[in-house]
This record gives sequence, structure tokens and C-alpha cells, in this order.
Amino acid sequence: MSEKTPPVLRESATFDRLTIQEIQRAAETGIYDIRGGGTKRRVPHFDDLLLLGASVSRYPLEGYREKCGTDVVLGNRFAKKPIHLKIPVTIAGMSFGALSANAKEALGRGASIAGTSTTTGDGGMTPEERGQSQHLVYQYLPSRYGMNPDDLRKADAIEIVLGQGAKPGGGGMLLGMKVTERVAGMRTLPIGVDQRSACRHPDWTGPDDLAIKIAELREITDWEKPIYVKIGASRPYYDVKLAVKAGADVIVLDGMQGGTAATQEVFIEHVGIPILPAIPQAVQALQEMGMHRKVQLIVSGGIRNGADVAKAMALGADAVAIGTAALIALGDNHPRLDEELKKIGSAAGFYDDWQNGRDPAGITTQDPELAKRLDPQEAGRRLANYLRVLVLEAQTMARACGKSHLHNLDPEDLVALTVEAAAMARVPLAGTNWVPGQAQY
Amino acid sequence: MKTIDLSSASVRELNQALHDDVQDREWRVARPDGKHNLAVGINQSVSVEIEGHAGYYCAGMNQKASVTVHGNVGVGVAENMMSGSVRIKGSASQAAGATAHGGLLVIEGDAGARCGISMKGVDIVVGGSIGHMSCFMGQAGRLVVCGDAGDALGDSLYEVRIYVKGSVQSLGSDCVEKDMRAEHLEELKGLLDRAGFDEDPASFKRYGSARQLYNFKVDNASAY
Repeated sequence: MSEKTPPVLRESATFDRLTIQEIQRAAETGIYDIRGGGTKRRVPHFDDLLLLGASVSRYPLEGYREKCGTDVVLGNRFAKKPIHLKIPVTIAGMSFGALSANAKEALGRGASIAGTSTTTGDGGMTPEERGQSQHLVYQYLPSRYGMNPDDLRKADAIEIVLGQGAKPGGGGMLLGMKVTERVAGMRTLPIGVDQRSACRHPDWTGPDDLAIKIAELREITDWEKPIYVKIGASRPYYDVKLAVKAGADVIVLDGMQGGTAATQEVFIEHVGIPILPAIPQAVQALQEMGMHRKVQLIVSGGIRNGADVAKAMALGADAVAIGTAALIALGDNHPRLDEELKKIGSAAGFYDDWQNGRDPAGITTQDPELAKRLDPQEAGRRLANYLRVLVLEAQTMARACGKSHLHNLDPEDLVALTVEAAAMARVPLAGTNWVPGQAQY
Repeated sequence: MKTIDLSSASVRELNQALHDDVQDREWRVARPDGKHNLAVGINQSVSVEIEGHAGYYCAGMNQKASVTVHGNVGVGVAENMMSGSVRIKGSASQAAGATAHGGLLVIEGDAGARCGISMKGVDIVVGGSIGHMSCFMGQAGRLVVCGDAGDALGDSLYEVRIYVKGSVQSLGSDCVEKDMRAEHLEELKGLLDRAGFDEDPASFKRYGSARQLYNFKVDNASAY
């Protein structure tokens, strides 16, 4: 008796189900897909690096007895009042508009408890955020929505945004469902418009102009505030050099894993480079200018745990910034929301329609009923806990490498698991002394 | 009147003096020589006379002050101004009044490209002509042009009302000519009077947003 072999369906690697679905969606709607978050594709990342713990050739520090410093000073190149943070993990710029007022307040609360800074976003500074943030960085964006000199003076630092890792070269958008009366009022826009943000600044066009713009902001604030320049990672070697030459105190470098509130899916997945190869390029630029550790480097894009923090700092960053991870800590994509997320076509762990304002967690929404669900005190406490864990983990690894401060980590503490990561991070492939692209002697 | 001579004093000294709580309400800036960032970030009711040409961002983020430049200005004059007034006796380079939220900017000569870009409530009155892409993404306020306007006037406009006396080389996406009703004639007369220009409001045309691009629609894809 012969049994029929069950058929095996072969999925195309080129036209997989996701690709087919996107072609079908495009054919039906005639418009590109917009979503939040950063790239979802697998890219070389910190997981492809390992730290080399101490043994005979290196002397480790006692885990709970010997000090491993975590503080960082940002902006002491020119500013009269640099920022001194207890921990080197900051909260990245996210706008009120993209996020609810409660979410912004929670970010401020959590950051302040942990001794770090948070950052405004496109759309200006809210009193809730300023009130709860011990250190607040005020973003200066192309749109200048909500930009005013009173808030500029209230800020602890100013971050000139040239780009964002999720969309270097692209402007922003905030769809009409989130442009409520309050959001529209702060941005001087009609209620309910699909708001577009320009992709480049309206009153300067190149690095020479940027130098004058930085000088203007310093003059307006009497040279008190550190001036950060934020770059979406694409050509970081050149961008960092130009920004430093223009007078930046701090460089913020955001890789393609960094999130966005709303951008075209195709843009998120295909423009820019991961943070892993971006850091060594930026550090090289700073070192060649004699500015490494003098102009601080904050990196972001896919920081999730203390290992990522330690590895980023070992590559030469002075601090890291988190955005997506901070939202998750507040309550984004929590399993208790699974049922509700399924009703809007998603599921816990997958939700990325941050642009449509229907977030049941009350974070990426302007719906007053949804926003009420997020308790800013409780969410702030969760964020503070998460930040503490990031730092404890990073300290644990730094001590194991024999480092008395997170800033003492360096590339010699790293190896790579893949040839690609070794080439990008400029560290040896594990078990070898081979750094792809570097001469062997 | 207090005088600061920039042939000997620095721009920093000038701005710090204008930021401090001053007793003198009238200031004169001698020998500006095209320096950048003059009289930026003022937040008090003072009068500043700049006796010559100024560089980039003159009177940037002005609040309450009245600044007059007896010469030409560089890029971004009165950028992000909140209140007060700025008068340019000569001409202005690009991005005059960019993103400004309030106050009055008067340019007696011409203004370059992108005049009033992303303006958010300021009133701008230009005695001469303006360059291309002026009032791009203009959100609120009024722009008055007594001369001509270059290409793509008012592209992606929100709620700015634009009045032009001369020719318009072309209108940008979603910018259209609109009826000049009695309230507009009155509004325009008020703006011209404040600027000190003796022009007949009836000789102007009004332009504004067709509001067709306020929300994304597939059919408008080519207009974005």
C-alpha cells in the first residue's frame, strides 16, 4: 500500500509572504505604507560583538565592592553650563504629538529618578515635560514647530536635529488623527491636518551656515547651553567632522534601528546605516580632529540592554540614548494589551502603527481616553527601573573587563562573531587577530 | 542713546548688553560691517539702530524690541521673531522672517528666496520684490509684497494670507489666487500703514491656500 507524500510548499526567498502582502496592499491603496519604529530587518548589531572578560592578562574588579563609575559630562567644550549626568543612558527626542502628554511626563519622571536627561521633539516643550525633567534637552528642528526663545532659555541643552536614523534625509510627519487642538495650537497648524515637517532647515544650507546658526543659538542663550548636533547615520565620518568644525559641543548619532513616530516603511528599511558601523566612523573623525572625549558622542539606534550600552561605549561613545526601549519600558506592546491590539490588526510584540494614534497603552496617542490609561508616575517608575538595570548590567560587564568607569571600556575589550561585524566595528574576529580591512603585520 | 562700536566691541558684548536689564532704552550700533548674529535674542522693549550692513540672523528670535538696520542684511533676518518690530532700510537675503511667530518685519528694498518660509504668525511687508519659494509651508501671518514674487510662491501653504501688487512668476502647489474682499482691503491697508508704505490696497491681489493638501490623498500624490 502506497501513501501519498504530503506536498511541501516552497516559499520564494525573493517573493516571500510579506513581500507579496506589501505588493497587494500597494496595488489596493496606491499609497506607501507608513509606520513607526526603526528597521525590522536583521542588520549587524551589538549582538555580533562579545566583550572579553578579564583572566590572567587582565585584572577584573570585584563585582559589588569595587567602584565602576557611570557619570558623564556633556557639553563642556564651549558651554558655560555643561550637563553632568549620573548615568550615560539618555532619553532620545520624541515629540509631544507623537506621544501623549502623560508619556512625555513619564519620560521626564523616569529620567530624573535615574539621574539622566530627556529630550523634547518636533512640536515644542510641554510644561509637564519641563516640570518633571531635571535635565531637558530642547530640540531645534527644521520645522521649528513650537520653537520659542523662552523655552530655549528654559532648556538645559539645545539639540540641532539634522537627521534621524530611521530616515536620514527625510522630513517628519504627524498624521491628522494626532493633530488635536492642543498639538495644533503648539505647532500653529489647523486641527486635523496631516502635518509635514521639512527635511532641512529653513534658514541655513551647509556646514558654514551651521557654524553661524550655532553661534546664533549661543548668543541668544548667552553661551550657557551645550549645543548638540544630531545626525542620522549615513556618512558619519564626514558629518561628524563638519559638525565639530561648525562648533558642536556634543554629537548625537542615530543608527537605522532608531525609531520614528511615522515614516514610510520603505524609507525606514532602506535608508541609512546601522549604528554598529557608524560609531567607529564617528570616533575616527573625532580622533583625527583631536576631539574624542572633548566633543562627546551620544549614540542611539537599537540599544536594549546593558551589554549594548557597554559595547557602544567600548567602541568610543560617551553615552547612549534610548527611544523605542524607553517606550517599551513605559508599557508599549505589553502582553496585557494583546487582545486590544489584535482588534486593530496587530498583537503585543508587533505593534508599530504609532502613526495612527490608537495605541491602547496610551503612549503613541492623542486620544484623551487612551492617553488617560498611562499613569505617568507608574510609567516613570518603570522607566527608572529599566534605566537602573541597563546601568547595572553595563557596570557588571565593565568590572569583568577590569574597568573602574564605563568610559574606560575600549575597542580592545571587544571581538566580533562575524566577519561583517568585525569589519564594521573594526575589532578582531573572535579567536583571531584579524580585523577585516586592516593590514596585518 | 547708548552706542556700541563693533570696530572695538565684540558681538558677544553687544548681545550681552542688550540681554542685560538695561536702563537705556535707545541703542546705536556703529560699524556693524556685516557681522553675523547682531541683536539676537533681545527680550525687552528697547530700540536698536544698526548703522550699516548686518550679516546672518540679525534680530533673530526678537521679542519686544524695535530693531532698524540702515543697510542690507544677510540670511534669516528676524528668524523666529516672536514680537516687536524689525525694519530693514535696504534689502534682505534669503529666508527673511523664517519661522517667525509674531511681530512686524519691514523690508524697504527687496528680499531674496524663501522670504517668510514656514512663517508662523509674523507680518512681513516688503517694499520691493521677493525671490522664489517664498512663504513655503507658511503657517500663519500675512506677507505683503509691493513688487513682484518669484517662482513657486506659497508652495504647500497653510493659513498665511499673501498680498502681491506686482507679478507672480508662478504659484506653488496648493497656492491659489483668492477674492479680495472688503475685510482683506482693510487688513492690507492696516499693514501698509504700519509699514509706512503709501500704496493703494486695491492694486494688490490676494493669494492663499486651496487647502487641498491638508490631508494625504492618493490623487494628490504628484502635488506633494
